[in-house]
Amino acid sequence: MTEIVEETLCELRQTFKSGKTKSVAWRKTQLNALRQLVKDNEEKVFEALYQDLGKHPIESYRDEIGVVVKTINHTLSNLDKWVAPTKGKLPLFIFPTRGEVLPEPLGVVLIFASWNFPISLALDPVIGAIAAGNAVVLKPSDQAPACSSLIAKTIPQYMDPKAVRIIEGGPQICEKLLQHKWDKIFFTGSPQVGRVVMTAAAKHLTPVTLELGGKCPVILDSLSNPSDLKVAIKRIVSGKWGPCSGQACIGIDYMLVEEKLAPTVIELLKKTMKRFYTESPKDANCMARIVNKHHFQRVQNLLKDPLVEASIVHGGSLDEENLFIEPIILLDPPLDAAIMNEEIFGPLLPVITLKNIQESIEFINEGPKPLTIYAFTKDENFKKKILSETSSGSVTFNDVLIQFLCDDLPFGGVGSSGFGRYHGKFSFDTFSHEKAVLRAGFFPELEARYPPWNNFKMTFIKLAYDLDYFGLFLLLVGLKRY
Amino acid sequence: MSHSPHLSVTFSVFLLSSQVRFSHLEVDIRRTYINRRIQLQVTTIHTKSRRLLLPLHRFSSVLAMAAKVGFDGEDAGALVTELRASFASSKTRSYEWRVSQLNGLLKLATYHEAEIVDALNSDLSKPEFETLIYEIGMLKSSCKLAIKQLKSWMKPEKAKTSITTFPSSAEIVSEPLGVVLIISAWNYPFLLSLDPVVGAIAAGNAVVLKPSELAPATSSLLAKLLGEYMDSSSVRVVEGAVAETSALLEQKWDKICYTGNGRVGRIVMASAAKHLTPVLLELGGKSPVVVDSGINLQVASRRIIAGKWGCNNGQACISPDYILTTKDFASKLVDALKSELENFYGKNPLQSKDLSRIVNSNHYARLTKLLDEDKVSGKVIHGGERDTSNLRIAPTILLDVPQDSLIMQEEIFGPLLPIITVDKIEDSFDLITSGTKPLAAYLFTNNQKLKDHFVRNISAGGLVINDTTIHLAVPSLPFGGVGESGMGAYHGKFSFEAFSHKKAVVYRGFSGDASVRYPPYTKGKLRLLKALVGGSLLGIIRALFGWSKA
Repeated sequence: MTEIVEETLCELRQTFKSGKTKSVAWRKTQLNALRQLVKDNEEKVFEALYQDLGKHPIESYRDEIGVVVKTINHTLSNLDKWVAPTKGKLPLFIFPTRGEVLPEPLGVVLIFASWNFPISLALDPVIGAIAAGNAVVLKPSDQAPACSSLIAKTIPQYMDPKAVRIIEGGPQICEKLLQHKWDKIFFTGSPQVGRVVMTAAAKHLTPVTLELGGKCPVILDSLSNPSDLKVAIKRIVSGKWGPCSGQACIGIDYMLVEEKLAPTVIELLKKTMKRFYTESPKDANCMARIVNKHHFQRVQNLLKDPLVEASIVHGGSLDEENLFIEPIILLDPPLDAAIMNEEIFGPLLPVITLKNIQESIEFINEGPKPLTIYAFTKDENFKKKILSETSSGSVTFNDVLIQFLCDDLPFGGVGSSGFGRYHGKFSFDTFSHEKAVLRAGFFPELEARYPPWNNFKMTFIKLAYDLDYFGLFLLLVGLKRY
Repeated sequence: MSHSPHLSVTFSVFLLSSQVRFSHLEVDIRRTYINRRIQLQVTTIHTKSRRLLLPLHRFSSVLAMAAKVGFDGEDAGALVTELRASFASSKTRSYEWRVSQLNGLLKLATYHEAEIVDALNSDLSKPEFETLIYEIGMLKSSCKLAIKQLKSWMKPEKAKTSITTFPSSAEIVSEPLGVVLIISAWNYPFLLSLDPVVGAIAAGNAVVLKPSELAPATSSLLAKLLGEYMDSSSVRVVEGAVAETSALLEQKWDKICYTGNGRVGRIVMASAAKHLTPVLLELGGKSPVVVDSGINLQVASRRIIAGKWGCNNGQACISPDYILTTKDFASKLVDALKSELENFYGKNPLQSKDLSRIVNSNHYARLTKLLDEDKVSGKVIHGGERDTSNLRIAPTILLDVPQDSLIMQEEIFGPLLPIITVDKIEDSFDLITSGTKPLAAYLFTNNQKLKDHFVRNISAGGLVINDTTIHLAVPSLPFGGVGESGMGAYHGKFSFEAFSHKKAVVYRGFSGDASVRYPPYTKGKLRLLKALVGGSLLGIIRALFGWSKA
């Protein structure tokens, strides 16, 4: 096992050193190949995702294949612009020097993917790493084994095996991988493992991007127009149970709503769910299942507290054999219970009632910074307050999940929801070093830069710092005292 | 500081005296203890101290804690709690507060020029000129730029949204991270302490600054001046060495900015990992200078000297560490360097007032060890004179030291300049890439091909062609390392960004709700999704009307 890691790393370093991955043509070829891979293997991807998580093909396309294809398209049409150096403005007194910021690849990068979106969260960062010209090792999650082996089998058939490698395995292989020096580690997963990754990276001074999770709240203000409320509820249901049955880092974790609105909201939630998932969600085939026994038990344990169990107002059937949990709504579970203190990552929705919806800001600020905050409101002041008084990776007003789809928006956490960002150009930047380049000529030469120091030189430099060109002129023609 | 017996006496005196009075006493005694030369200045501090009463009083709780057993974890925890409360009050977020603090820094640098020059003279014998230009001047222009640009930096940036989320609008909002820790270095103890503070404040954070204990006069001056000019509810200085730094590193910060070496950088990052704190590491490395033939040799050698010895006598992270040149050209280059060195620093550079000394005896011993290594000592072709009692080493040039010598294995960080010769100038690139990535790399040439090759293939924090170190002074360029030379960057707007979180914000209305997003899932929805992702308008229309074949 150790040998595989070492051999791979050694080969990728050689490839990187050869300069092959730096060529923009190579990068484009690889991205095109990856897009072809996804297109050719669509059915197999659907199958693997169904096997690992019971995802419906529509969900699989929307959250996985579609995301990858869209990202590749966006990257391919912008890559030439991204690789070009950007000019830096220079102070006049060092004219005719030219300054630019040139993005360069970091080297050999390691990507750890997670199991909840085992295709998109694995390939999306790979796209960024390749676009930036790096050699890549991808470690898919072993908890989504069908997807992991599909990736491991197909990638070498489509992409350059000298520069893009898949290493499959569990915690042991992760440990092995982390012993080595990488030029960047990109990790998607839990804060606990994130800490381990960063600690290991510190030994080699390797920069890391940590894409973690957190308890993402949805604030539901009272919406005077009943049709708005209906739309809001539809979006909330799709934001909670839609992406991988709540097993998503940007999925809704809990809801904040005013007391008086709660009964209406819960009725509407139930009605919408019936429409989406029928009376028997298990048979409707429109919801993913829980990934494995371990997580099933974890979610089950969240409900074990008798006070929590008593707060269930809808659902509650758990099918351990098929690892399926029906949508569950809880009304005001105790705030000190586990369900309100750890990320739920499953199909349970606690609804927390507040006297006044404005209190939600305080409520959110008491916990760690979430990856995202959703708020349904038409109150512009409240929007401003949410923006300036809370902190989160992102904020989305009146919708769910769509921030993930905008290529122009950085995707990433803050505080315990992680750091670093990707998507679109940000992915490219995440895997690039911004190299400052200054090009000077041998002429003109400023005497004032060099010792032995005297008052004239001092005055000159002070004026230059102040960009006082008139003063400099006076000084040089002898009209200014020093 | 708490390790010294002298100071523990001071602290017990403090416990008997009133808190406020001690605050002055502490400053006075430290300054005299550290450097008897500044006796004269103590009186100045006394007269000014009346003005200091209030802010120093606020500091006194921290000082009182330091008196116990030094600044420990508990004290650090209390400090962070206090600053968190201050940050939570949203005070530091306002544009007005940020500007007022930046103005405070600007005033501090403007009104206390003489004290700053003295402190740096005491810590490093840094020439006044270097202090005024590289430390005070750079800081002031950094403050001015931040004040001028702050409004535009703080403005949310509009972002495009995609057809899949139509109709919606989006923006990227810069928000402060929270309470940040800045650990600074001794070589530019004023600039490298306050320049990151400019970024942290501009971005709206509360800040704790830990100046380097190896530049004690500057450290205590910073503690005094920041107490006087900055809002002490949100900007604090903690002085100290390893124990105090460890106590600080135990705490949870929202960002840590460290300037120094890779060994400590690793420790900082590992401690940050416990709290998932992002880090900005400004480290160093062996920054090479490649010198091609056929250039204006006088200009080149002057620019190399200005970057090497003119920057704190080589004790700078972007100073040229060694030169690579061709065998034929080396002797010409050496002659030019020698003659310009004499023009700059005279015949007896040990006496020159225009050169810094070595910071302390540890570093002096480290440098003399590099020089005295058997395979190296015979390679000195210029300089080599030293004055142990004054911690001075003359500008020293060495020719063709072996690659496996200590001097070629570690960052030199001092006035020694090895010249390595190669057969062809292109060979030097392989030598550079075989080592770790340096913070800077320099090339002197008129050959356009060589320039392009250099820019494309040499990985370093920054590159300068036909000059050295000046990229540091350009705020439109990010300053930071890569690989062993660090991670993250600052200066100008990059400083603001280093201490900000870029929050993605999407605004959406309630209309335009496509049922394709919601279950129950059907084949038609899959077709529409594919069309949307493909971005084909025709496909979308087809799918919507159910005309699509697939």
